[in-house]
Amino acid sequence: MAEAPFGLLAELTHRCPLQCGYCSNPLELVRRDAELSTEDWRRVFDQARALGCLQIHLSGGEPLLRPDLPELVAHANSLGCYVNLVTSGVGLSRDRLRELASLGVDHVQLSLQDATKEGNDRIAGIKAFDRKVEAAAHVLDEGLPLTVNTVLHRQNLDNIAGIIAMAEQMGAERLELANTQYYGWALRNRAVLLPTRAQLAIADPIVAAAQERLRGRMEIVYVIADYHEAHPKPCMYGWGARQLTVAPNGDVLPCPAATVISSLTIENVRDSSLHEIWHDSPSFNAFRGFEWMQDPCRSCPRKEIDFGGCRCQAFQLTGDAAATDPVCSLSPERSTVDLILETEMAPAEVPAMAMRKMR
Amino acid sequence: MTTAVALDAVPRIRRGVKCAYDQIREAHVVLFPEGVLVLNETAASVVALCDGVRSVGDIAVVLADEYDGVEPEDVAELVARMVERRVVDVDG
Repeated sequence: MAEAPFGLLAELTHRCPLQCGYCSNPLELVRRDAELSTEDWRRVFDQARALGCLQIHLSGGEPLLRPDLPELVAHANSLGCYVNLVTSGVGLSRDRLRELASLGVDHVQLSLQDATKEGNDRIAGIKAFDRKVEAAAHVLDEGLPLTVNTVLHRQNLDNIAGIIAMAEQMGAERLELANTQYYGWALRNRAVLLPTRAQLAIADPIVAAAQERLRGRMEIVYVIADYHEAHPKPCMYGWGARQLTVAPNGDVLPCPAATVISSLTIENVRDSSLHEIWHDSPSFNAFRGFEWMQDPCRSCPRKEIDFGGCRCQAFQLTGDAAATDPVCSLSPERSTVDLILETEMAPAEVPAMAMRKMR
Repeated sequence: MTTAVALDAVPRIRRGVKCAYDQIREAHVVLFPEGVLVLNETAASVVALCDGVRSVGDIAVVLADEYDGVEPEDVAELVARMVERRVVDVDG
C-alpha cells in the first residue's frame, strides 16, 4: 500500500482577480457553477485527514473569492491540520484576515509579481501592488508567518534584487523564488516567459548572495529554471507520493498539472473517496515507484533523486507520459528542449502575453 | 551543515510552527510552512521542552529523569537539527 500523503492542495476556485500569464492553472478554467459546494469541501477535508494529510493548502485561483472560506478554514483547523492560505492579497482586508486568523489560518503565502508597482501590475493585469503591500502588513500585524512567492521569468528576472528587497520590506520569513514551470497558461506564454541564459547567469549569484546575507532572517527557496538544467526536477518527490490536489470541480490530481496527460482517467470526489483514489485508482498508481520507467531512467542511479522528472512535461514534450523528462541530458528527446530554448529564449518577434481569463 | 548549539542556549519553537500528535501515523509531528516532520519519541520529548525558558542543559536534566543515558551534547545536536529545519529558534 502506498504511504499516506502529507498535504492536500485544495484549489477552491479558479476565479482570480489577477490575470498572470504564467499561471499554471489549465487553459480551460473551471467555471463557478462547476465548483464543489461547501459540504463537498468539508467531506474532502475529512477524507484527506483520515488518509493522513496534515497540511491543507487553500489555494486557487484566489481562495478569498469563496464566501465559505471562513467555514472551510475553521473546518480544516478543527481536524488538526496546518492551514496555509495561498493568496494574491487582493481582498485580504484587515478584518478579513483577522477573522481567518482567529478561525485557524496558520500561515499566509502571498504572491508578488515584480519588484515595483509598475512591473507587478503589468504582469498581474490589474492594480494589485498596493493591496499586496497592505495585505503583507495585515499578516504581520496579526502575528502570522508570511511567505512571499514570486514566479520568475524573462519579464521580471532582471529585477531579482528588487524582488528580494521588497520581500524583506514586507517582513516575509520566507521567500519562494520559483522559475516558471511550463504548464497551462505558462506553456501557452512560454515564448514570452523563457528566461535567457544571460539573465539566469546574473540572477543565480544574486540569489545565492542574498541567501547567505539573510540566513536566519529570511529563508530564500530558489526553484531552478529546469529547461536550462542538465537534470530534471524531482517533481512532486514522486508521483502519488506526498501530496494530492483537488481541483475546483472535485477532480483529484496526483499533481496540479496532471489534467494535461490526456491518457489519464481522472477520478472525482463526487464519485469516489480520497482513500480509494489515493490507494487504488489507475491514475495515482500509473507512475508510482520505479516499475513504470523506461531507459534511460530505469537503469539510472539518479532515479532515486529525481524520480524521472515530471510526467506532465514528458507527456507535453514527447507525447509519452512514461518517457524520461526531456529536460534530462540523458533523454533521447533532449534536443526538443534545446530547440525550444533556441527558438523561444529570444524569439525574432515576441508575441503578446495571453492574459489568464475565463472564457 | 548544521551550526553547533551551546548548552546554555535557550531554544523556542518558532512562530507559525505547530506541534501535534497524528493518530493516523501514531507519531508526534511538527507542522510548519515548509512541510511536516514526523518525530521519534526522543525528538518529540526534546521539542516539547523547547519553551523559550529552559536551556539545552536544563532540557537534558529533565530528560535524564525519564530516560537513561541522556547526554547534553546529544540534546544540543538534536536542537541544532531542529534549528536547521526552522522548527526551533535559539537565544543566547
